Amino acid sequence: MSSTTKKITTIEPASRFSHFDLQELWSYRELAVMMMLRDIKVRYKQTILGVAWAVIQPLTTMLIFTLIFGRLAKIPSDGLPYPIFVFSGLLAWNFFSSALAAGGTSLLSAGGMISKVYFPRIIVPLASIGVSIVDYLVAVLILFSMMIYYQIAPTLQLLWMPVFLFGLAMTAVGFCSWLSAVTVTYRDFRFVIPFMVQIWMYVTPVIYPVSFIPEAWRWVIYLNPILGWVQGIRSSFLGLPIDWLAIAISFSLTIIIMVIGLRFFEKAEHRFADVI
Amino acid sequence: MNQIEDNIAVSVRDLSKEYMLGGVEQHYDSFRDLLLGMASAPFRRKEILSGKKKENLFLALDGINIDIPEGQSTGIIGRNGAGKSTLLKVLSKITKPTSGKVKMRGRVASLLEVGSGFHPELSGRENIFMNASILGMTRQEVLRKMDDIVAFAEVEKFLDTPVKRYSSGMYVRLAFSVAAHVDPDILLVDEVLAVGDAKFQQRCIGKLGEAGQQGRTVVFVSHNMGLIQELCSHTIYLKDGKVESYGETSSILPQYFRDGVENTGVWIQKDESACLRAVRVVDADNNNVLSIGYDQQCRVQIDIRPNRADKDFVIATRLVDELGRDILTSWDTDTLVRTTEIGRLYRVECEMPRGLLRPGRYFILIMIRNSNHGYLDQIEETTLELEVSNLGFTMNNGRFGVVLPTLKWDVSEL
Repeated sequence: MSSTTKKITTIEPASRFSHFDLQELWSYRELAVMMMLRDIKVRYKQTILGVAWAVIQPLTTMLIFTLIFGRLAKIPSDGLPYPIFVFSGLLAWNFFSSALAAGGTSLLSAGGMISKVYFPRIIVPLASIGVSIVDYLVAVLILFSMMIYYQIAPTLQLLWMPVFLFGLAMTAVGFCSWLSAVTVTYRDFRFVIPFMVQIWMYVTPVIYPVSFIPEAWRWVIYLNPILGWVQGIRSSFLGLPIDWLAIAISFSLTIIIMVIGLRFFEKAEHRFADVI
Repeated sequence: MNQIEDNIAVSVRDLSKEYMLGGVEQHYDSFRDLLLGMASAPFRRKEILSGKKKENLFLALDGINIDIPEGQSTGIIGRNGAGKSTLLKVLSKITKPTSGKVKMRGRVASLLEVGSGFHPELSGRENIFMNASILGMTRQEVLRKMDDIVAFAEVEKFLDTPVKRYSSGMYVRLAFSVAAHVDPDILLVDEVLAVGDAKFQQRCIGKLGEAGQQGRTVVFVSHNMGLIQELCSHTIYLKDGKVESYGETSSILPQYFRDGVENTGVWIQKDESACLRAVRVVDADNNNVLSIGYDQQCRVQIDIRPNRADKDFVIATRLVDELGRDILTSWDTDTLVRTTEIGRLYRVECEMPRGLLRPGRYFILIMIRNSNHGYLDQIEETTLELEVSNLGFTMNNGRFGVVLPTLKWDVSEL
């Protein structure tokens, strides 16, 4: 046995300048995938309706919104049929909100594991996005069926969709890493998340178009970091003009949110096992 | 000091771990409390960190220095709160030390619990993959060892059944089996063996023993001195976060047993909430004694105030000799049907027959256990030292054995 070739592990106190060990993170990629698959399998096994649930939920929301906002409140929809307008927005929004809800409490749910096993903690909020991605893909199939019904042909712009979705996912990762770390220390923070998410939907142009907001107040709407992504996803599906200003703002804000969120997580992660 | 010496597997230098008590974790009952709490949290933390509230700091580990050579099986023992679990958590990288440094050579696997990441909805096979990747095994490795894992756990027929339909025994067997097939250079084990049925425990012990023989370094935390003795050539005795002693198991165990003993003849529990209140040894005339003659009868008196329902716990008296060898254990359920109520004080007595124990020094351990799963609840504690004197001892040298019962003999013509 050549003991000199063996890997040396060093354990030291947490330094103020600790950073993610990217090499180590890479070596744990299988675990991240396993956790993601586990969440997805559990999600679709546990409910009686299984995948049907991922269909029923957004469809029902779409119908209710169409009835209330489209028919009763007569909110404009940029010349598109309201159902497809609202659904293409809901698709992106549901992805973001379910990622926030799952990611924000992900560390708490993994509490038992965190206090008993070591692995890079950031895997937990990262893997929690998996379920939202699958739900999103199911919703995309519904959207395509609706496009066939309303006879809207996809354009080459559709190629932008994965890019914008990635941007949206990164915004979610930034927020989740911060939220999940905060909820570990302040348990009750998890009650704030649904509240926050609810308000957030109404300030995002999901059920109404940006043109619905008076010109003078439009800049406020643009401060929303997910505006560009949500609009971009809708535009790329339905072939609407892409608002590149909104994309540029969302891109910048997403970078800032990710840096702050991940940095916060880095500094907090060594405490998790002690307080969870 | 930065370099780890050859043939040392684990090197621990000046390791300390501080915990904040009641500092960060607070519970909020209402939304208003939450906001108030959040607003004041930075100040509270600052107060603690600036040392204004030094009494809130608790040193779980205090300047630990240990070198464990490669291939050595090492036990870690100590009373509750001595820092055993904290040390294991630091070695497992679960929690960071406050100061000091640890170096380890080779692949490390730690088993602080069995079945990490298990999900009841997933099948046995899926859980094997999940748990194995948590323990650091690659997919390839799991595929290669799948048959062994399944065979060891004896769950072949149920491999594709969700584990929520498993019996608790099957669940534990599967979980342990995965853990037992990780192939590390250094294996860190907490009291996970205190699970499962006796037969399976025995096989787990065998598996661990094998690990030690294969030149693997094993670090094993346990309250079970018998296991420590069986598996570990060396033992570290922790006391109040410091290394009290470290050496060959045969020399550390007696010290550990002697250490807990109070020579007043009565052991009294300080922790008000604990079930076990006091222990003493009395002779036939109800006098509290430290020493008893070989041919005298004595009784161990155990005062308890149950903190759980009757059927949930069992009490045992365990006798260990000076070398740390188990001499006997007797459970109250052997002959007693107990009806005790939560919160009341009771005295349970256990009679030691005369003429059984060889003259010498013994330690009395009282164990209170959860009777359902065999999980240790209240940990075994050394309570008293009992001397069996030569008084009335008339045996000749030819009588071998640890105990000296006089057995019933008979003869009949055929």
